[in-house]
Amino acid sequence: MDHLDGNALAGPLADYFAFDVTEARARCNGCGEVAEFARALVFASPAGTVVRCSSCDHVLATLVEAGERAWLGLSGVSALEVRRA
Amino acid sequence: MIGRPSVPRSGWHAAVVVSSTAETRTAARLELEIEGWPGNAAGQHLDVRLTAPDGYTATRSYSIASSGPATGDATRVVLAVDRVPGGEVSPYLVDVARAGDRLEVHGPLGAFFVWQPAADAAEAAGVADAAGSADAAADPDAAEAATAADAAGAPAARPVQLIAGGSGVVPLAAMAQAHGDAGDATPFRMLYSVRSPADLFFAAELQRLVAAPAPFRLDLVYTRATPEGWPVGPGRLTRDALEAAVFAASETPRVFVCGSTGFVERVASWLIELGHDARDIRTERFGGT
Repeated sequence: MDHLDGNALAGPLADYFAFDVTEARARCNGCGEVAEFARALVFASPAGTVVRCSSCDHVLATLVEAGERAWLGLSGVSALEVRRA
Repeated sequence: MIGRPSVPRSGWHAAVVVSSTAETRTAARLELEIEGWPGNAAGQHLDVRLTAPDGYTATRSYSIASSGPATGDATRVVLAVDRVPGGEVSPYLVDVARAGDRLEVHGPLGAFFVWQPAADAAEAAGVADAAGSADAAADPDAAEAATAADAAGAPAARPVQLIAGGSGVVPLAAMAQAHGDAGDATPFRMLYSVRSPADLFFAAELQRLVAAPAPFRLDLVYTRATPEGWPVGPGRLTRDALEAAVFAASETPRVFVCGSTGFVERVASWLIELGHDARDIRTERFGGT
């Protein structure tokens, strides 16, 4: 399965956030790299989506959507820098 | 002045297909009229959601080939969709969807893989990226940023290199079109890897941009078949061919790469080897279906 990148999550995450997550910069708590979410690697499957740091492969985030609920994990992100609207 | 987002806010919208025409043997160009569409910046995408009678839904992302409202009616959007055999959404969009059909779309999406003339002026001046809305031409923030750029005696905006693999050309064509429409002085080049002349997207539009006043150079690489009399035989893009075509790292271009995952990662690693700064390279990968 080919991976995609964080750009592909702009739509799904726009349902939950008031700002565009893909241009937000996230700090990986695996290696400390700070990069736009769009640069992360995205592994999508019918069961859910795993987002990995493009520098160290650490899991940054997970997204599972089922029925009327979604579960968003941000276990690998220690900080986010976002544009103030 | 309250800061503003760099791109219009996204939302779900009802869209109607205005026209569908063949773009290549496997792709269609769809023009959509989208109710309440706030306009979009060049390079953004939207998600199309199809719902079956039993409630099953399939959602896929498509890059937008147009940008507005600078180019006219803000609620009109152009897509160019390549048919992915066995896909759930693209065969419908290419082969079935016709004028009058309704779609659900979510967008405009993504502020990362975007190029805007006014945002570049702000960047050249070292001004915080506060300008750059889709209506930049009429935006006092953008005008201020441009003035600041002049006052600071900023050098001309850094050149922009676009690198496309196959249908990955769609968001890059939107950027080139926005550059041409704005008469922007930023030097632009596009390197476009495509199977054959018959598989070219936006062939006429790109040729018009080459001839237009805004500086734009187009380099084509044919991987399966070339036009008659082409100086080199068909073949995959190589590192040497890439190096020969793109702005050198010493010119510190901003680089946008869009294509399949394999294409994007091959090109990005070559660019790094050639001395380009990873932060100057923006990539967008697309998958199937």
